[in-house]
Amino acid sequence: MKKYGGVSAELAAVDGRKRLNMDKIMTALCFVLLLIIVVVPIFMIIYNAFFFEGKLDVRMFVEQLTEPNNLGAMWNTLKIAALTTVLGTIMGVFYAWLLGRSDIPAKGLMRALFNIPYMFPPFLGAMAWDMMFNGRSGYINKWLVQVFGLSSMPININSVWGIVFVEVSYYFPFVFMQVVSALERMDPTLEESARIAGAKQRQVIWKITLPLVKPAISAGALLILTTSLAHFGVPAILGYAKRIYTLPTRIYEVIYNSGGSFDGIRQGAAISVMLVVVVALALILQNRILSAGSYDIIKGKSMRPTLIKLRGAKIPLLLLAILTLVMIVIVPLVMIVLISFLKAYGLPLEFKNFTFAQYEKVFSANGTIASIRNSLFVSITAGIICMFLGTLVAYVVQKIKPKGKGVLEVVSMLPYAIPGTVLSIGVILAWSGRIAGINLYNTIWIILVAYLARYLSFSMKTSSAALLQVHSSLEEAARVCGASHTESLADITLPLIRPAMVSGFFLIFLPAMREVTTSILLYGPYTRTLGVQIYSLRDAGMIPQAAALATVAIGIIIILNTLVTKLTKDKKGV
Amino acid sequence: MANVKFEDITFRYGSNTVLEHFSLNVESGTIVCLVGPSGCGKTTLVRALLGLIKPETGSITVGDRVLYSAQKRINVPAEKRNIGIVFQDYAVWPHMTVVENVSYPLKKQRVPKNEIRKRAMRALEQVHMTEYANHLPNQLSGGQQQRVAIARALVVDSDVLVMDEPITNLDAKLREEMLLEIRMIQKRLNATILYITHDQQSALQLCDKMAIMEQNGVLCQYGTDEEIILRPANRFTFEFIGVSNFIPVVKDGAQMMLDCGEKIAYPGEVPPEAAAGGYEMGVRPNDVVFDKNSPLKARVDSRVFLGSEYNYFLSLGSRQVRVQQSMLDARTRGIAQEGETVGIRFLNTRFYPLKKGAETA
Repeated sequence: MKKYGGVSAELAAVDGRKRLNMDKIMTALCFVLLLIIVVVPIFMIIYNAFFFEGKLDVRMFVEQLTEPNNLGAMWNTLKIAALTTVLGTIMGVFYAWLLGRSDIPAKGLMRALFNIPYMFPPFLGAMAWDMMFNGRSGYINKWLVQVFGLSSMPININSVWGIVFVEVSYYFPFVFMQVVSALERMDPTLEESARIAGAKQRQVIWKITLPLVKPAISAGALLILTTSLAHFGVPAILGYAKRIYTLPTRIYEVIYNSGGSFDGIRQGAAISVMLVVVVALALILQNRILSAGSYDIIKGKSMRPTLIKLRGAKIPLLLLAILTLVMIVIVPLVMIVLISFLKAYGLPLEFKNFTFAQYEKVFSANGTIASIRNSLFVSITAGIICMFLGTLVAYVVQKIKPKGKGVLEVVSMLPYAIPGTVLSIGVILAWSGRIAGINLYNTIWIILVAYLARYLSFSMKTSSAALLQVHSSLEEAARVCGASHTESLADITLPLIRPAMVSGFFLIFLPAMREVTTSILLYGPYTRTLGVQIYSLRDAGMIPQAAALATVAIGIIIILNTLVTKLTKDKKGV
Repeated sequence: MANVKFEDITFRYGSNTVLEHFSLNVESGTIVCLVGPSGCGKTTLVRALLGLIKPETGSITVGDRVLYSAQKRINVPAEKRNIGIVFQDYAVWPHMTVVENVSYPLKKQRVPKNEIRKRAMRALEQVHMTEYANHLPNQLSGGQQQRVAIARALVVDSDVLVMDEPITNLDAKLREEMLLEIRMIQKRLNATILYITHDQQSALQLCDKMAIMEQNGVLCQYGTDEEIILRPANRFTFEFIGVSNFIPVVKDGAQMMLDCGEKIAYPGEVPPEAAAGGYEMGVRPNDVVFDKNSPLKARVDSRVFLGSEYNYFLSLGSRQVRVQQSMLDARTRGIAQEGETVGIRFLNTRFYPLKKGAETA
């Protein structure tokens, strides 16, 4: 009965000239900032891939497109992403069902543990698995050869399947978390009525439960797919040495080999366009396959679903779940910590070979401390700026609703679908002196600019969701009570969305702290981030040192995560 | 306190016209209930009064102060209009305690601190919420939140108080109590209250005058509740204000007949314009009385006892007729049994032209 659409725009109109300007300023600010942060880099990639010295020139692009290395990389990218998505989805759905719908014991603990792989930086996981199952020098490989008298290394993690295995281990939580919460919010009577109608347990799972959580599954699967397509860390660590390239690692190689020359960057831009096309195709395909229908069966209020008795399978399934966790969390962690104490990589894991020297080396090196400081600085700064900017964009889109709000929305979400490596190339092309003489290359600011583009959508999404909850009558009530437009914003709207803004900050800060994909192309001699520092220590063969720093990084991540959970728990007031 | 004058208000959402040349004058110191079905534009009218939307034409005046005039290009911003409002969805700020909510309008008026507290507590007293002063809204029930919203509107001396369905979420007893309370507050402050509702029952209980709005934003009738109940201006008002029976009347020779599947002779009087045909007769359920001597016979299909009255469904030919019989009437004339055939008489009948497409109903 009420039509509140476009209320604030009308409020502004009612207010006369002054307020009109304030809303207009906010809107204009959004457009300008998004243009600088998002549109310019993306435009620069496309421009440089197809134009040379101001003229249309597709020769370079065609050259790159037909280059066998690139085609191989594209094939690998697709293969790895497809396999990771399928296997990760199966694994995610299986464990979600096990924890959400069966009577498996110790559920609360298990759920908490199953979220750990999500926090664990995949490239550190890849490092650990490389230490264990490297085709030439993996510790467990060597041990197996010794014990069973094998003639060659039994497992080679430096393969496409190895990459898929590691990515599945750390990406399945995307599906797991989505599906668990969907299962929990599902109306149990839907399943019960199927049972009453005469369906067997197995039929209920296949015909009722799974179709109903399909939207959740597809959302999670989409996340795995796009993340895997764009992922740099795991294929770089496991495949690079064996010349198994994916598009992101190929971009890195092209630029690395050219020593950062403009030609190399242009080639990188061409490959980036290929990668973006692949991601876009994947998104379209995914949409086609899974958009069969959406359901409105998932209720907001939580109900207690009937649990399925596992009976005899209870203990074996519990053991399987525990084993999975040990495999993907504990084993890699222990491995990294053990290696970090070794005097030299390759020595047997015996007590006499252990030392604290690696930690001393790591912490006495200037680069390490600087890298931690750099990471903290860019992550916190990006988090704060994105928190305000994202809220500004969300407010303009949700409340002011200017002409072209659709454009604003799309532009701010665009980087979400664009791989980090690609974004880096765009940022390099845009901000290394080619536009208005602004040269940020080799400074920390270029990393910050890239982070802003990459993470803006995170805070915009959370603020947007929170603003939708703030009914416009709350602001209107303040107006009628005598508050000006600005006062009602400051007194009512902002306090109400503050918790969402804070959680938006942490959503950016935490992943930015352990990030390597974007900064690997942007770092300069003095601007390494924590992730880059670990990566380059390892690349330089100083594996125990890399492991020591990785241990420190994991420690920092765990501490920050616990802090965040504590903090956000207290702030769930509204 | 002051009167509120809407003149020639037109408002459109895109191509959808909500109000067209709407005028209404709410006299100073009265409670006027704006009654109409959902979507008739009553909320739009209120939002225009508050300054939350801008009408295309017309003017809004409170007392001698022009709040809006399209012609004179006057548009007072919402915060300067000095109108109290109780929103339908309470709009109680969830991050402030009850007393903070109620103090907010005073704070914006720069009232001294110690006086703010005093006045806020007095407003809470009026709605029986003093003991919840330091609660947060999410600790309150819907009805309690509504009372906070009422207190917030009362706390400043507004020229006009607007209440948009303020008591829908209260239980029956509390609703009654709040209606009395609103009435008393109005008496004490001699306030002008514009009360929006789609529930004609509470409107009847509360108002000095009623304004009935039709679906398309047209004001059908504006008058005291007696006028509206006893002399409804048109069929819409008649139908909207209470339960009603409608039976088409046709002329057969010199005799007026009721069209009830079969034609039944109607012994009562019919005004000449209705006798020409194309009219139907409306009668309220409590205006149908049992009378053994009446030639008009109907069969009793069902009877429900509702505590203070009996409710009957009768068959008159193929038509269903609703009857309400008060306890007094039941005692004097006796109750009818299900299945029994009874004589009935219609009092206070009204005649309206047939609704298009309703002939076959």
